[in-house]
Amino acid sequence: MVIKVNVKASNDWQMLQPVPLLDEIVAISPKLKLQAVSAIENIVDDIPSFWLDKSQLTKLMQVLKHDLNQPFDMCFDITAIDESERQHQSSLTQDFTVSYHLRSYQRNQDIRIKVALSNSDKSLESVCGFWPNANWYEREVWDMFGIVFKNHPHLTRILMPNTWQGHPLLKTHPARATEMDPFTLPPDQQDKEQAALQFNPEAWGMKRQSKDSDFMFLNLGPNHPSVHGAFRIVLQMEGEEIVDCVPDIGYHHRGAEKMGERQSWHSYIPYTDRIDYLGGVMNNFPYVMAVEKLAGIAVPDRAKVIRIMTAEMFRILSHLLFYGTFAQDIGALSPIFYMFIDREKLFGIIEAFTGARMHPSWFRIGGVAQDLPKGWEGLVRDYVNYLPKRLDEYEKMVMQNSILKQRTVGIGAYSTQEAIDWGITGPGLRATGFSWDLRKQRPYGGYDQFDFEVPLGKNGDCYDRCRVRVEEMRQSIRIIEQCLNNMPEGPYKADHPQTTPPVKDRTMRDIDTLIPHFLNVSWGPVIPAGEVSMSVEATKGIMAYHLISDGSTMSYRTRIRTPSFPHLQMLPLISKGQMVADLIATLGSVDYVMADVDR
Amino acid sequence: MMLEMLWKLFEITIIIALLIPIAATLVWVERRMIGIWQDRCGPNRVGPFGVLQSLADLLKILGKEDWIPPFSDRLVFVLAPVIGAMCVLMSFAVVPFSPTIGVSDLNIGLLFFLAMASLAVYSVVLAGWASNSKYALLGGMRAAAQTVSYEVFMGLSVMGVVLLTGTFNLREIVLAQADGWLIQSQFIGFFIFLVAGIAESHRLPFDLPEAETELTAGFHTEYSGLKFALFFLGEYLGVTLISAMSVVLFFGGWLMPEPLASWLPPLLWFIIKIMFFVMFFILLRTSLPRPRFDQLLKFGWVVMLPLALVNLLVTAILRLTGVL
Repeated sequence: MVIKVNVKASNDWQMLQPVPLLDEIVAISPKLKLQAVSAIENIVDDIPSFWLDKSQLTKLMQVLKHDLNQPFDMCFDITAIDESERQHQSSLTQDFTVSYHLRSYQRNQDIRIKVALSNSDKSLESVCGFWPNANWYEREVWDMFGIVFKNHPHLTRILMPNTWQGHPLLKTHPARATEMDPFTLPPDQQDKEQAALQFNPEAWGMKRQSKDSDFMFLNLGPNHPSVHGAFRIVLQMEGEEIVDCVPDIGYHHRGAEKMGERQSWHSYIPYTDRIDYLGGVMNNFPYVMAVEKLAGIAVPDRAKVIRIMTAEMFRILSHLLFYGTFAQDIGALSPIFYMFIDREKLFGIIEAFTGARMHPSWFRIGGVAQDLPKGWEGLVRDYVNYLPKRLDEYEKMVMQNSILKQRTVGIGAYSTQEAIDWGITGPGLRATGFSWDLRKQRPYGGYDQFDFEVPLGKNGDCYDRCRVRVEEMRQSIRIIEQCLNNMPEGPYKADHPQTTPPVKDRTMRDIDTLIPHFLNVSWGPVIPAGEVSMSVEATKGIMAYHLISDGSTMSYRTRIRTPSFPHLQMLPLISKGQMVADLIATLGSVDYVMADVDR
Repeated sequence: MMLEMLWKLFEITIIIALLIPIAATLVWVERRMIGIWQDRCGPNRVGPFGVLQSLADLLKILGKEDWIPPFSDRLVFVLAPVIGAMCVLMSFAVVPFSPTIGVSDLNIGLLFFLAMASLAVYSVVLAGWASNSKYALLGGMRAAAQTVSYEVFMGLSVMGVVLLTGTFNLREIVLAQADGWLIQSQFIGFFIFLVAGIAESHRLPFDLPEAETELTAGFHTEYSGLKFALFFLGEYLGVTLISAMSVVLFFGGWLMPEPLASWLPPLLWFIIKIMFFVMFFILLRTSLPRPRFDQLLKFGWVVMLPLALVNLLVTAILRLTGVL
């Protein structure tokens, strides 16, 4: 049976209008002075956004988290903006803006709260008491901007080394190596850096011994076969049992957000590929959608379907790698080799489409880089027929293996409520039995026209997290098959002066196209001033790009909200009382990528 | 007398000189076989089919710096791998290879083998302790618990064999199987022996003392160069030893029923049978995940130990009633 997909009829999901929400809040607490954002800020993503005086922050958060009927139960993102060089400012803007992005699953609505801070008093109340995952976000804001959160449990650097001077995302902080002195590391400095990495249990409120035994502090990582990248986790152990642990991230930090402020809108696309480096074009997706939204570019149907198809291919690529490494973490050495063969075949198709494999940087503002090659249907059709059989084999080899079940069923479990509290998204959230897939709940880019199911788990344990991903691969195959059968004809890129690079054939004929072409290629396109946040259901959870344009060729602020960041933050909660072997299974089942955490 | 001793010495030299290259070749065999089973090539560059890979590895290992961590207990650190390799080699002294080959016809041969297997745990525990590293310590701790529990019923599992043959002498045990291999009546004993054997040789799925994905390399985390090679050698000799003992105790050693027996010399039959079990060990490694430490111990004490006792009891009853 061939499913008909009519992408022409697709509509992106639209959020509710802000007015009733404001009334609700004011009805509960009339003293709150929420001011709507001004037109000059040009927030184009339909998220109700308000300015708030910082003295009222705790009061508002109390209303949003607890007092509201259908509260905002998830803290999606907290970030800040250094406003010192911004031209298009609202009258309420001061030197810094802290922006809270909250989500209510029951309402299916987001809200954005902006708090202005002046240089003389760069501090405000911490909201860790309301949302536990605000902890790391606030640490990151402090690390990057030097904004102090009062009553924060442990306000230290998180991405930068402890010895770092300055706050990198300040506009005054240098971004290029040429703006700094040459790097040196004399022996005494090296000793200092190493001493700064020494773990100090007291600083984290940990005891060195219990009533009758000394604890062992085991440094797992940053180089360890099972931490999947440069990730360090310090375990407080009694025998082989984990009493507590402290995840330490930042070893993979490359300043991706800072780089966004000095790359043109177009030339930043390859950087996005390297955020979740297993996600390939999936990373381009939210970025180009955000830029398109700012510039008002409509993507043609063919490009929409191509985007969905390649994004789902990368979902399969990422999940297959997860599947294999997860089995390997449990000790099964073979599955990963079979799965690499499957990935290899799929990379072959990606290569035929894009010329690259893991990081194609293939989406463009307004479409994709090239049209699909001749004969692509055959390649994709073969693969669509091939993979399900292999998945059936893996089912027997991995999922039904009794040792693997013993190791993973009931291990590393968390409830739906805990998942929401800690900002877990993606398969990790759905494994608890909570059906929330951005592609279903808030369809984007044409997903509303496709027929697929959202696989769910039940117990939220390691086994269910793996189960959900396995089923997602089958659903992705379904989506790819629908793309295959319903690929619309037409252009693969929008006919808009700001698509980059612009459509070539007309530039040779009229000057009106030649000039934008010249400017777009030499400077990059000028995107209208404004603010937008776009999310996709990426391979590991919800990935969002929050872009602020100041009407220039570069982004004023690029904020990347990645799924792996909150997922790792939750580790201490689920690893307490586990054995080391369980922790390894849990780490494997969380499926994080350190580049996605550290950016 | 003098001549006899010289002949024995010669025999020992030959056996050691053969065993060590066999263990080295096993590394290559394992990598090739795993390669085939995992849909890839495995080492195939050095020599025909890559058969010289182990030699190349050995040369590389010889060229490595003999590094001893400054924070370790030097003497014990050096001694540990030697103990391991030595215990396994000593065990081979009682293995009867063929009607004429075999170093010693000890009348407590089986007990000697069990004793050596128990001593081998010192190697792992001492390595874990002397390294003065947390991963090594955890590995050593796991090894101690695992080996101590699994050797209890390894001993019990072979007592059925002793009951039926009435001897601890391995050569006599083989000869007692002339009319039928002991696997016929002792299949449960064999199963337990094999499981315990895998545990003793720290192979997947019982490789918890090294558990790469958890403890990086467990007890030999800090070892490199030749000392690491000794551990490696010990492991592969251990695999060969457990296979050889399974053949001797349950599969009639070098014996084969006619007409097969006349096709090949007994020694070759013995080796063929050993290879069969070695392949089984390798196949296990490619196909099974690793249980958790406490699950492994629980399996040992709750399932394997009672099973071994029941096996022994039933064998004794059947023996007394004259069925066997």
